[in-house]
Amino acid sequence: MSADANDGLSRRGFLAISAATLGGVMLAPGIRLIEIAGARAPEQSVSRQVRWGLLIDTNKCAPGCDDCVKACATENGLKDTGHPRTDAQWIRKVELKDMRTGRANSVPVMCQHCEHPPCVDVCPTGASFKRADGIVLVDRHICIGCRYCIMACPYKARSIVFEAITDQNPDVPRGNGCAEGCTLCVHRIDRDQQPACVEACTKAGHNAMFFGDLNDPHSEIAQRVAKYASTQIRADFKLNPGVRYQGL
Amino acid sequence: MAEYLIYHELGGPSRRFWSLLGLLAVPLALAAIAYFYMEHYGHIVTGMDNQIVWGMPHVFAVFLIIAATGALNIAMAASVFGKAVYRPVAPLSALVSLALLAGGLALVMLDLGRSDRMVVAAMQLNPESLLSRRVIFYDGYMASVGVYMWFLLEPRMNRYVKPVAIVAFLWQLLLITSTGLEFGFNFRAVYDSVLYAPMFIAFSSAYGAAALILILLAACGWEGRDVSGELLRRLKNWLGVSVGASLFFAILFLGTKYELVRSRDVARFLLFDGGVYTALLWLGQIALGGVVPLALLLRSRLSRSGIAAAAAMVLLGGLAQMYVTLIGGQAYPQILFPGMIESSSYFDGEIHPYAPSLVEVLLGLGGVALAASIVAIVLRAIALLPERLDPPAKPQA
Amino acid sequence: MKTNGTGAFTGRIARAICLLALLLPVLVFASERVPKPVINIDRQGKCVEDSATMRREHPDMLKHQRDLTMHEGIRTRKHSLKECVECHASAKTGSVLGAKGFCQSCHDYASVRIDCFNCHASKPKLASGVKP
Ligand code: SF4
Ligand code: SF4
Repeated sequence: MSADANDGLSRRGFLAISAATLGGVMLAPGIRLIEIAGARAPEQSVSRQVRWGLLIDTNKCAPGCDDCVKACATENGLKDTGHPRTDAQWIRKVELKDMRTGRANSVPVMCQHCEHPPCVDVCPTGASFKRADGIVLVDRHICIGCRYCIMACPYKARSIVFEAITDQNPDVPRGNGCAEGCTLCVHRIDRDQQPACVEACTKAGHNAMFFGDLNDPHSEIAQRVAKYASTQIRADFKLNPGVRYQGL
Repeated sequence: MAEYLIYHELGGPSRRFWSLLGLLAVPLALAAIAYFYMEHYGHIVTGMDNQIVWGMPHVFAVFLIIAATGALNIAMAASVFGKAVYRPVAPLSALVSLALLAGGLALVMLDLGRSDRMVVAAMQLNPESLLSRRVIFYDGYMASVGVYMWFLLEPRMNRYVKPVAIVAFLWQLLLITSTGLEFGFNFRAVYDSVLYAPMFIAFSSAYGAAALILILLAACGWEGRDVSGELLRRLKNWLGVSVGASLFFAILFLGTKYELVRSRDVARFLLFDGGVYTALLWLGQIALGGVVPLALLLRSRLSRSGIAAAAAMVLLGGLAQMYVTLIGGQAYPQILFPGMIESSSYFDGEIHPYAPSLVEVLLGLGGVALAASIVAIVLRAIALLPERLDPPAKPQA
Repeated sequence: MKTNGTGAFTGRIARAICLLALLLPVLVFASERVPKPVINIDRQGKCVEDSATMRREHPDMLKHQRDLTMHEGIRTRKHSLKECVECHASAKTGSVLGAKGFCQSCHDYASVRIDCFNCHASKPKLASGVKP
């Protein structure tokens, strides 16, 4: 796969930022650019200026380590039912080996929060949707469980729940018959915390995952993607995922 | 030619008719039980899992929907392209099309993870979505075919049949093309070919004609009506041409997959080492559903039972094709990292196993039984079959 | 004349039905054998709106809030289901479900299916055994 370093911050993204900055400075000196700063008042909607993303440094991600996967399961109440084939997996570690060079890699794969998500394109009810800040979610209130999104997602990021569930985490509702996938821990993001996987990875000292606003040039993630070569999985599909990988 | 087109309800003693309905009620009841069982326990009781999310009910559903669009072709030939031989069976062709579509759509609805929310699917459409655009296509299709049928049967409206038929024809084209493209636009390695659109048009023509022929022969056999040799011969040739075209597109599709380096592995999977999918492809789709019926149909003198056998084989081959396309397409791993060997706890890089459970098969057969019951009941209730199906062929036809 | 007679007759029947419909709740409540919903409120203090409003409008409030939360990320607590559960979970079972649960007892009585708890937790965070 060729590494294309620069399409993470699309031209459109840059223009949006500069427009927002200019607008903020020129039109309304009183209104701070809180969208970009990240902090948001509780009754304020999420902002279009933001594009949440992840950067995964595969050089630091150890084969066999699944700290992020475990943290996700705890946070989101994903329990092992003893039927691995029907269990939902929001994040998984994919072990890779290059067929020609033999180089091995290990990468966490979750919903890639595509800019042009096929899961949203095909959803008949609008249950699959992209939030203004780029997070792709399933609105379980209107999901009919047709599984079309699972058919359409090229990253195997969606699952459907096969059995009744009890004892959910109150922040993470999930139930029988609805499609689901990584939410980027939207409930945590909404209270200015990092996704559970990123937190766990950092806490364990691996530092292989970075979370932040790709549209904010001051964020660590934006600076990293500007500096280092990173790529998207199946960039040839041109879905512009918000999750990027370094060192593949 | 309207003189001898006097339509009649399906006759025969009512005892016999009720026993036919009783017979059809068995698969319907079994399907109902299967549905409530699935609805109660969740999809865990099916053979599906998070790798193969569309199982046997979808195989039947898509098959019925494809056959439905094709079954209308005969009516369209009569009303849009003026082929008078087919005119007597035009209403039947439209009815079979609507019935098959109803069976297929019912299956899609009953197999939803949240089938209690079916109403949402009908009310809250996402206009951007391909699938819900198809809901609109379905509605438009059913409405236009319904109007078309009414105009056909109402002598006063007869002269407006052609424009209405053209509208129905356009809906039909839209529906089948979008069905094909939905596969073609999918990112999965097995799909990803624009050939799906023409290939599905050929498939639909073959399956639809086969279903129509079987129903026509059954309905006429029911009362001992005679079908004109000319009509049967034309239908036989129609089926033959459609089967030939299906074979041609299937071979073209598999051949191009094999020739293109980027899809050679997929082609190899389907053609040589896909296990059950390879077997179903060669023995089911190609042999049973293609070569053998084609050989039969190419014979200039073919008995009625010969035609019926060929049609039945085409349908069985079509089911095999649908299984290979749908299940095989999901069984083949999605490639996230080309050029790398992938493995994970989520079965990346592996061929996914699938074994349909009994409930799924029962549900699927229920869809077929639903379509058959609709045809039987409507034929009995409404005068759709011409009194005589053995008029001499019109010279200009 | 005939039509007039029928009209009067139907009118009388309609009135009788209306009367019966109006009387029905009274009759039901008067009867001792019909179980009434158990409305146990363990926590002291006031709800976010007065009882009459809550009884009538809680479905709409929840629906409105759910769309705000889901699509706009607005997680104010006032009308959120999570807060309902926090307050109204039974002290005994820790849940709003169960025969005597705050939500279920009333919904059973009114025979209105609750769809919420197929997906949402019916217990507050601490009681549900999930680590805080
Ligand atoms: S990764 Fe899949 S589920 Fe996630 S946004 Fe993209 S298409 Fe949708
Ligand atoms: S399963 Fe749910 S989210 Fe996925 S496409 Fe169907 S309705 Fe939309």
